[in-house]
Order: sequence, then C-alpha cells, then structure tokens
Amino acid sequence: MFILVVGAGRVGSAVAKRALEAGHEVSVLDEDPLSHEQLDKDLAESWEDAGGRFTVGTALEVDALLEAGIEQADVFIASTNGDNTNLVIAQIAQRRFNVPRVVVRVLDPARAAWYAEQGLHTICPTQHAIDLVERAALDPAA
Amino acid sequence: MYVIVVGAGKVGWNLARELLGKGHEVTLIESERRRYLIVEQELEHAVQYGDATELWVLERAGIQRADLVIAVTGDDEDNMLICQVAKEKYLCQRIVARVNNPRNLQHFKLLGIRPAVSATDLILRLIEHEVPQYGLVQLLALEGERLEIIELEVADGAPAAGQRVDEVELPEGSLIISVLRGGAGFVPKSDTVIQAGDEVLLILDPGLESAITPQFTRNGASAG
Repeated sequence: MFILVVGAGRVGSAVAKRALEAGHEVSVLDEDPLSHEQLDKDLAESWEDAGGRFTVGTALEVDALLEAGIEQADVFIASTNGDNTNLVIAQIAQRRFNVPRVVVRVLDPARAAWYAEQGLHTICPTQHAIDLVERAALDPAA
Repeated sequence: MYVIVVGAGKVGWNLARELLGKGHEVTLIESERRRYLIVEQELEHAVQYGDATELWVLERAGIQRADLVIAVTGDDEDNMLICQVAKEKYLCQRIVARVNNPRNLQHFKLLGIRPAVSATDLILRLIEHEVPQYGLVQLLALEGERLEIIELEVADGAPAAGQRVDEVELPEGSLIISVLRGGAGFVPKSDTVIQAGDEVLLILDPGLESAITPQFTRNGASAG
C-alpha cells in the first residue's frame, strides 16, 4: 500500500517507520525540514536510503500534497500538531482526493467524537489516556 | 440579531463594535489572554476569553441561538473548523469566514463554507477594476446559480469592434447585456454596433472567459 503521513512528530514518524518496515510505500510531509531527524532516528540508514519519501511543505498547500503523492495514496494519516489542521486536511484527502482510508489524530475528545459521527476515522489519544487512567485508578479488577 | 464574532484582531474588534453600534447583540471570542484583556476594557461583557474551536467555548457563547457566526481569526484552519461546526453541528443559518491565504479559498469551498472573504482577493479585484490593461474584470459570481458577469474593454482592432452585437462570435452560454460608452451605459439590441473603447458587460456560464476574451482584444489575442 501507499501510505501518506502528514506531520512527522512522535506519532507520525513512528507510524511511518513501522509502515516502511512492514514493506509499504511511505511518504511523509512536514513543514519543518528538521522533522526529518525524527525519521532517521533509530534507523540503520537514512530514511530515504531505507526507501522512504520525505517532502517539506505545508499540509494545506495542494501542491505539497500532490508532490507527496496524495493522488496515489491508499492511506492518509493526518498527524500534525494541530487538531484543526488535521481535521481540515483529512477532509481534503477524503472529499477531494478520494483517499480510501483516512485516519486523523485529534487531541480534543469533543471534536474527535463529533467528527467521528460525521464519518471521519478519528483517533483521540486524550480519550484513550482518560479511559486508561480511569481504569487504572478506579477499576478494582485492574 | 445575535452575532458571534471569533477573533478579536483588528477585523473582529471593529466588526463587533460596528454591530453593537447597529443595535445587535454580539459576543466576541478571543483566545489570546493579553488581547482579550485589552479588548475587554472597551467591550466588557461582550467579549469572552477562550478558544472557539473548542465546542464548549462556542456553547458557552450561546451558539445554539446565534443568527450569525463570523470567523475572522488569523488562522484559516480555525476559521474553517468554526464555521463547519457552527453550520453542521449547531445548524447556524448564516456564517461568514475570513480567508487569510487566498490559496486556501478552495478548501473553504470544499467544506461548503460560504461566504468566505479574502481581503487579498477583494483588493486584487479593485486593482483589476482600476487598471484597465487587465482587460477583463469579474463583476459578479453567482456560484449557486453558476453564472458570472464580467466586464471587458473593447480594444482597437478587436474582432468585435465595428461588429453588430448579433455578429460577435460568442460561445453558447454567453450574452452581451450592457454597453458602457462615453460614461453612460445602455442595453444593446441585436443591431447595436460595438465600438473600440466600449466597455461591455457579459453574463456567462463560468469557464467561458477564455473563449470570449479574444473577440474583444486586439487581433483576437488572448488576454494576459
């Protein structure tokens, strides 16, 4: 599969590396050239030598998305550090480029829940943390 | 009416002040603490502190009963999200969004956010209106109806110069609706002769501009 990851922070870069290891074609887009280091980290060779693609650009710029290969993408992962950016680019991927699978990280549980109702596949780390902490603290069986 | 304005920058603050002056009920929302404190000195309870992309902040401001939501922050993603949520979650009838980067206008359209206002585009249109060598001026775009009205200056030596209106080779889906000559405008008939120096208004289906302009430029050149 061709996987496009937008936002190479902790989550984005880790998922990108795992996907590459699993044999997928992986392209990463980030506005910060230095975020490339996140991708090289813990790799025996550079991200590109390992077969990955990296594009510097802003997620809302259609040219950057095209350069990163959005038209070929089977999977689109929105994992920038901005909830609203992620929600907007995920909808661009879904509605304009018809990417079959779109996953969007949203830190705010309320926004994640509402956009999930609207048909976006949102992942809310905060909600997971709340559930886990709650279980660890309050569940007598835990 | 009840209006929520998001973003207390120059645009938002002045908008809120004008709307209050016209007797409307207004809540202005600002997410930056220092800016909020400055604006609060003037607008007092009409300004609230908070990030309006948080749903509870919009609810605290009473978005359920808002007649109009105006998102004019300096961040296009925030403006898109606020308007999308206002329209689709809270069923607000009317929204207005500010577009900071005109290249993001396509995204506002994709998400169905209208009207989306770009200061850059507005000023560009004014420039086009003031600088005649641009030739073509878009006067009105009725996007819902899929119609446009444009203005063209008839150049010396243009194919249309000296032709009757019914002789001008226009594509299907376009029509000359007015001629401006010597400072006055009139509605032409089919036998009205177009002259060089006239300004003509046409109504057309969007996308026909490039097929129309060669009739009005010198020797049928494409407009730059």
